[in-house]
Amino acid sequence: MVLQNSNFPIGVVNQVIGRSFALKGDDIDTDRIIPARFLKCVSFESLGKSVFADDRIQLNGLHPFDLPQNQGSKILIVNENFGCGSSREHAPQALMRWGIRAIIGQSFAEIFYGNCLALGIPCATSSISTIQEIQESVTMKYEQIYNLDLQKESLISPAGNWRIKLEQGPREMLLNGSWDVTSQLISKNKELQNAKLNIPYLNNFNIDAKPKERSY
Amino acid sequence: MHRVANLPGGSTQLFVGLHLIHEVTSPQAFAALKDKGLQVKCPEQTVATVDHIVPTINQKRPFPDPLAEEMISTLEKNCKTYGIKMHGIGSGNQGIVHVIAPELGLTQPGMTVACGDSHTSTHGAFGAIAFGIGTSQVRDVLASQSLAINKLKVRRIWLDGQLNAGVYAKDLILHVIRTLGVKGGVGYAYEFAGPGATSLSMEERMTICNMAIEGGARCGYFNPDEVTFEYLEGRIHSPYGEAWNRAVNWWESLRSDPKAHFDDEVRFDMSKINPTITWGITPGQGISIDEPLPSPSLLQCSDRLIAEEAYLYMGLKPGTKIAGVPIDVCFIGSCTNGRISDLQAAAEIAKNRQVAKGVKAFVVPGSEHVAQAAKDQGLDILFRKAGFEWREPGCSMCLAMNADRLEGDQISASSSNRNFKGRQGSAKGRTLLMSPAMVAAAAVTGKVTDVRTLLKTNS
Ligand code: SF4
Repeated sequence: MVLQNSNFPIGVVNQVIGRSFALKGDDIDTDRIIPARFLKCVSFESLGKSVFADDRIQLNGLHPFDLPQNQGSKILIVNENFGCGSSREHAPQALMRWGIRAIIGQSFAEIFYGNCLALGIPCATSSISTIQEIQESVTMKYEQIYNLDLQKESLISPAGNWRIKLEQGPREMLLNGSWDVTSQLISKNKELQNAKLNIPYLNNFNIDAKPKERSY
Repeated sequence: MHRVANLPGGSTQLFVGLHLIHEVTSPQAFAALKDKGLQVKCPEQTVATVDHIVPTINQKRPFPDPLAEEMISTLEKNCKTYGIKMHGIGSGNQGIVHVIAPELGLTQPGMTVACGDSHTSTHGAFGAIAFGIGTSQVRDVLASQSLAINKLKVRRIWLDGQLNAGVYAKDLILHVIRTLGVKGGVGYAYEFAGPGATSLSMEERMTICNMAIEGGARCGYFNPDEVTFEYLEGRIHSPYGEAWNRAVNWWESLRSDPKAHFDDEVRFDMSKINPTITWGITPGQGISIDEPLPSPSLLQCSDRLIAEEAYLYMGLKPGTKIAGVPIDVCFIGSCTNGRISDLQAAAEIAKNRQVAKGVKAFVVPGSEHVAQAAKDQGLDILFRKAGFEWREPGCSMCLAMNADRLEGDQISASSSNRNFKGRQGSAKGRTLLMSPAMVAAAAVTGKVTDVRTLLKTNS
């Protein structure tokens, strides 16, 4: 299956609507989300089918990412410290290319969180008891549509409503579409040039050795 | 001083003084750059090398693995297109990115360093602020030479005392992570300070900062001091002549004010630390060599589940000792412990001994400079004589993206930094993290062994 680029988040992200499923366990690290051998690629395109590859082989079709009722789901419910481990953006990329558009959990590893934000994927948090309730609900009522509403900071569904939290900064960035930091960073060119003038090692530490001694 | 602007969402735009790139996390970033029609903002502030996928036995091009070959030639092409200095294989400067930047004098106090690799925290050993970043941020840094960073809290880790013989920087950081937990550092920078900290060499400091992120910290650093300056003087990229004095003056001004306020402080007595080794599937599941493995029922609730999972995966039993566990593969290398002092410490143990029967043991120097220094000291011959394989520089079995990997449920003694499930190339492979000297001790005895017993018979 080739996913179209246009399916990926762009601009304002104020809600994520779709089916949802649970992936239980604390400290699920990026090596499990996408094993290192799949990092050998020069583009992210084919990562979706390899998400959780090793865990899935071991569970032989019973892994949440393989269960038929979870196919096409958009919201993933996880537990504590999800995405710990390496800085590889391949992990959120693999999740996104599988179809995940939002993650709700007890907590997230920092770099993973930032990588998700940079893709326009909200990572929302809630208490352990709420998460367990949601996980139970999405497992029992997998056919329901859930709406992660960033404005209301709630997960809304016919099965029930839950309060969830988003960090204030990232929430604003998603709501006003400014999570695409690249363009923002580039726009500050004048400020960047000014900052450079005040950094000692860029201006003051000129190397005045003979070229030969300095050559590689 | 590196602040460029405040960004919406409350983060700060920071100028990046040194951007290090390698073959694994850069190709998609360059592709995105091209898609958006952007240029590399400051190619002169960007330095490339290859480390993650390079084979360590025969490095002749093209590589036998076509994907590896594609990744390296993509990086070569990108560096050429955008005018970025690349330290390729055979240049004399190639190696693991976190090993080469310090040894070339690229990493300096007060710099902001970024690299698409989580162990970028290594460079904090110099009093630099160094961030591991994701590929989308690599793209941002390429395009804007800057990064959006949230404010961090600082936890001072105060070190008293000295390390005993047979106890190394690796043991210290494994002990710190074990004590504070793998999540203990979330939201923090770790500042390593105190009399114990100043007694550590630059290479020891790098080992410690390298693994600070395994404790959840965003970065780790030491304040620059005489040890730092001595290490840097005369390196290829270090300031020189009058500029050197100007630089040292500035670097000295960077130290934390002794009266500075810290958000948190913890203390460790280095003399109380024993050889420490991981038994589980997170770097926080460490144990000192003579302690029994913990019983999950006695652990805090949050640690219990992962401990049970670890026992299941590792095939170990609570209450038993880690010493004596038989080892299949011994790996000395990585950006944590692939520097010359690490090889020296391992060689001290390997000398006049033999790798135990049935054990595969290999040494992968962290860089071409490290390999050369080791050869100059005869360490390659020493290791070979002892039955170790001597390899070419690269990341190797730290993450097993090349041919060096565990098979089945083999168990490795490894000087690297991660023991996650499947990390070393086999979905069932098991990793015990420890100091390079402890890895050498495991190699010559065929099982987990307290290196201090071997050091004793040495003398
Ligand atoms: S040695 Fe391991 S941790 Fe270090 S850069 Fe290479 S893969 Fe990453």
